[in-house]
Amino acid sequence: MAIRSLLGAFRKRSFVTRAVSCYRSLSTLILAEHERGVLKASSLSAVEAAKCLGENNSISLLLAGTGPSLQEAAAHAASCHPSISQVLLAESDKFAYPLAEAWAKLVHVVQQKGSYSHIIAGSGSFGKNILPRAAAILDVSPITDVTEINGSNLFVRPIYAGNALSTVRYTGSAPCMLTIRSTSFPLGATPAPSVSNAASVDKVDLSTLSEDDAIGKSKYISLSSQDTDRPDLGNARIVVTGGRALKSAENFKLIEKLAEKLGAAVGATRAAVDAGFVPNELQVGQTGKIVAPELYMAFGVSGAIQHIAGMRDSKVIVAVNKDADAPIFQVADYGLVGDLFEIIPELLEKLPEKK
Amino acid sequence: MGHLGWTDLWCVLIRPPNKASRLCTETASMRIMVAIKRVIDYAVKIRVKPDKSGVETSNVKMSMNPFCEIALEEALRIKESGRASEVVAVSVGPAQCVDTLRTGLAMGADRAIHVEFPGTLYPLSIAKILKALVDAEKPGLLLLGKQAIDDDCNQTGQMIAGLLKWPQGTFASKVVLDEENKVATVDREVDGGLETLCLDLPAVITTDLRLNQPRYASLPNIMKAKSKVIKKLTPQDLNIEIRSDLEVVQVTDPPKRKAGVILSSVDELIDKLKNEARVL
Repeated sequence: MAIRSLLGAFRKRSFVTRAVSCYRSLSTLILAEHERGVLKASSLSAVEAAKCLGENNSISLLLAGTGPSLQEAAAHAASCHPSISQVLLAESDKFAYPLAEAWAKLVHVVQQKGSYSHIIAGSGSFGKNILPRAAAILDVSPITDVTEINGSNLFVRPIYAGNALSTVRYTGSAPCMLTIRSTSFPLGATPAPSVSNAASVDKVDLSTLSEDDAIGKSKYISLSSQDTDRPDLGNARIVVTGGRALKSAENFKLIEKLAEKLGAAVGATRAAVDAGFVPNELQVGQTGKIVAPELYMAFGVSGAIQHIAGMRDSKVIVAVNKDADAPIFQVADYGLVGDLFEIIPELLEKLPEKK
Repeated sequence: MGHLGWTDLWCVLIRPPNKASRLCTETASMRIMVAIKRVIDYAVKIRVKPDKSGVETSNVKMSMNPFCEIALEEALRIKESGRASEVVAVSVGPAQCVDTLRTGLAMGADRAIHVEFPGTLYPLSIAKILKALVDAEKPGLLLLGKQAIDDDCNQTGQMIAGLLKWPQGTFASKVVLDEENKVATVDREVDGGLETLCLDLPAVITTDLRLNQPRYASLPNIMKAKSKVIKKLTPQDLNIEIRSDLEVVQVTDPPKRKAGVILSSVDELIDKLKNEARVL
């Protein structure tokens, strides 16, 4: 093993950079997302992940955007987590929307100046869109959806829809780039925000952000989203999911009612989304959202490999299905064989009022 | 077979115009390149090898990655609407990738390129190989699936877009081409809903599940596909050096969940959730 890596080092004459990337002090850049003036929970999970890389890791947060909400987000970022030592602010109209072209170039500019050992983003649609593009520009292999960090260069990630876990070692030059699965790096007890140990906020010099690049070749047109009062699917404590067996969008309201009663988020299977019962951002699974709530309740969900991939790490799984042989019962902690059209109303009636 | 020059390839391009390009003479000159990957079939329950070196792939049903099928379907629909003249399917990997490319040709791709490499490839190398193919073939649009269902990386499209300095439309659920203005309008499935972007062509688009419903290849088309050209290349032909900065240490089974219980009533369920699991 040692001989092989030594040979490889000689062959590529990159021994020095390798040694440097492995042993010098850690410094992590986090690509952060903000909304309405506050950091998103996934970005704070990335901070938790950065703490797992090793001791004495200086953690910088990169925020981009424009206008007052960016300033608010910067103030929030500077004081919301004691491990953040610096907040970098890229203020430009180019970052009014999170376009990959401008962001990837920004990461390049910031990395050239800061020479970070690691760059991390949450593996939501923001991180997955931007980080690999930035990695290609920096000529390094990124690692997607990391669920466990064992030191500065050893990572565990699920493959084959979570049916296997792959441990990978990063042997390349800095920066080592990761997207992390937020549910695997939950926020610790958040200490009260304090102004006293606030991180410094510094502006990024954007003068080298070249115009000849792909910036400007993509334009943001619009975002259509469903406004709901329900908790966000990715971070909810309880998730109630409906599958094909709900039969119609009308019937799916039963799931929504139950979610409301439990203060839960609503999820759906691919079948329910394809049938038009609910919009696709509610899909849980390999291609949809990955959730790991304390309680996951699946109604009329058969439990295909691709769906299990999105919820197998939930603490307690409840399955209600007519078919006693449905694969969902193999991962459920509590199963109830029966008609969901009888069981959900009964649950609605008997569940305690939420506090 | 020595070094393959690109002139060989241009000969392949000179072919009688097909129906679509006759209908729409000048504008439909755009070529679409689609990258496809051969993976373990999505319905197969995978087995981790006892020596933890990876997942068992011998004697396992292999198919085209579902997201790649969607990318190819989209390319074919664009061509059928007269907005593109040719669809080129490309695949990088071991010799058996030819079977996957044949499937793509049977679905309707005009020709294929197979970059043969027997070893492990990570998305960075694939992106570099695809960039070399794009430089040679000059497509106006590059379509890929958003992720392969084996490594679940979700990186290649973004990486090649970065290398090419092309704009990217990832996780697309709708693509509208305006060849006159050389732009593509793409609806993207993002965490909070649907985002619409307008991209200057040439561009890279990666497909989400809801973009379309891929067609099945008919028997006559499967027969026809046998006579279509699959060009063989190696990374050396493209001057790409395969190096890797990642090393798989081990592949293991995920932790098993402890066996659950089947309950008999709603009352019992509520009781268990309250008093045993303590989640309510």
